[in-house]
Amino acid sequence: MTAHATDEAEHFAGSTRLFLSVWFWLLALTGFEVFLGYKHLPVIYMLVILMGASIIKAALIVAYFMHLRFERLNLVLTIVPALVICICLMLLVFFPDSFRARDLRDQRPAQPAAESH
Amino acid sequence: MATEAQAISGDWGGGTLPYRVGHRKLGMWLFIVSDSLTFSALLIAYAYVRTSNVWPTPFKFYPSIIFSSVMTLVLLSSSLTMVMAVSASSRKERSKARKWIIATAVLGVTFIVLHMIEWKHLISEGLSPFQLPAEWAEKWPGSTPLFGATFFGITGMHMFHVASGCIYLLVVAGRVNKLKHEDVEISGLYWHFVDLVWMFVFPMIYLLSIDFK
Repeated sequence: MTAHATDEAEHFAGSTRLFLSVWFWLLALTGFEVFLGYKHLPVIYMLVILMGASIIKAALIVAYFMHLRFERLNLVLTIVPALVICICLMLLVFFPDSFRARDLRDQRPAQPAAESH
Repeated sequence: MATEAQAISGDWGGGTLPYRVGHRKLGMWLFIVSDSLTFSALLIAYAYVRTSNVWPTPFKFYPSIIFSSVMTLVLLSSSLTMVMAVSASSRKERSKARKWIIATAVLGVTFIVLHMIEWKHLISEGLSPFQLPAEWAEKWPGSTPLFGATFFGITGMHMFHVASGCIYLLVVAGRVNKLKHEDVEISGLYWHFVDLVWMFVFPMIYLLSIDFK
């Protein structure tokens, strides 16, 4: 059984053609990101589109280069959901608060003027 | 359904590999999860200080954007050479695998050299971890000096991972005849992770700070 498992582990799925096409898509997405960097879009749109492209790139790397698509589902379920939940929790706490801190700073010069009326 | 349940209970009953990966590969995956959280925390902290402060956007097309784009190309290509190494290793073509691993390490060193040139350029402009160049402070009044701390902190941490990866890969290349295929695959996992982190660092640090002026 152990020998059988070892044989299975040594099988590395994916062809050169597949790896080249993943590499090509990663380059194309990077080119798109650089192109987008020079478009005068609001920062929030830029952030959403750039992070969307980066998440697609990360998924391609993890699925094909890191071979996770060809691993057992229980390995994927052990690794991915916990990581995604932790990152979402950090974002949930810190991202809204960063806007609060900015709004507080922006309000500061306006306060004396409001008090004078 | 019954067969599936039997297969699962058979796998988890002991003496087999429930995840169908060895303990070292599982260990590397768990390390990658923890390191992902380290980089996530750094990038989220960066996003926090960036949103809550006036932030300079100093990166000109030349040299910063050109250099960082070429660095991205180099790192993506190094992932391709690494996956070719793992593929060759799975077919027991060890000398081919060694050549691909060395090519990956060379691309990693190229990345570090390009990054050092980029750092040197910014340091010569007057950027340090806790101080902005006078020209930037004038151009973006009230901007925070934390720019340098986040820039050098995050890119430095990433560069440290690339440098460690190059050493790791050269050790694997030297011992490829003695190592099992899975050990080569594990080194590949680490290298692809380093590439993956850069896919977030590049847009967040560089592309969101392009100087249009």
